[in-house]
Amino acid sequence: MASPMNLFTVAQRSMSAQLVRMNSAASNLANAGSIAASEDKAYRPMRAVFAEQLDQATGLSTVRVAGVYRTDTAPVKRHDPTNPMADAEGNIFELPVDQNAEMVEMLESSRQYRNMVEALQTAKQLMLETMRIK
Amino acid sequence: MGDTIFGIHGAALELRSQRMGLIASNIANAGTPGYKARDIDFASALKARMAGSDSDQAANAATLYRVPVMPSLDGNTVEMATEQTAFAENAVGYSATLSFIRSRVETLSRAMKGD
Repeated sequence: MASPMNLFTVAQRSMSAQLVRMNSAASNLANAGSIAASEDKAYRPMRAVFAEQLDQATGLSTVRVAGVYRTDTAPVKRHDPTNPMADAEGNIFELPVDQNAEMVEMLESSRQYRNMVEALQTAKQLMLETMRIK
Repeated sequence: MGDTIFGIHGAALELRSQRMGLIASNIANAGTPGYKARDIDFASALKARMAGSDSDQAANAATLYRVPVMPSLDGNTVEMATEQTAFAENAVGYSATLSFIRSRVETLSRAMKGD
């Protein structure tokens, strides 16, 4: 890391990590209900996995996104010959998106984002007050 | 400690600010699997600081892992309620210390102006 970490970098990185998480949940929701002609082409839900990032110099630690992984739940096969997307056997593959789980994921993520904003505001205010001592 | 103008309050403000960073780290890592929440035992850190160790040493020696009330499955020991309370408590402590320092500065500047 180039510059030493402070409270603002901690908050900033944590908030951007939460945004990645929120984006992947939004992608999952956006793709819910769409269908594919084959099992490989079907959309698999994405999940962001977080990892701790410790700054030895200051003892502060923030979050980084260790990776965005696709879950390996199998798409649901449904027999629907009238569907234009159906394959030779008349099957379509529906995407395994659990909409409730995605909503929960988004809520949790936004709550954590807010918590961080709140902490940042308090810290910023205290710092400003410290600077105003005259 | 050399700075006798602010006495214990200078050291306390430093430690409060370090503790604020640590608790913010905990809040930031609320969703990180396996993250272990840490906190500074403020009283013993301040005692060490007043006994002559520098602020980083004092803070590091008094940094402890938090014992969770309810352990979670992914090994993360951040509990939002605990962290938020600790953060608020620390912020109030910081503010209090700040007002002590501010009144000390006011006293000194009044003495210097001679009114």
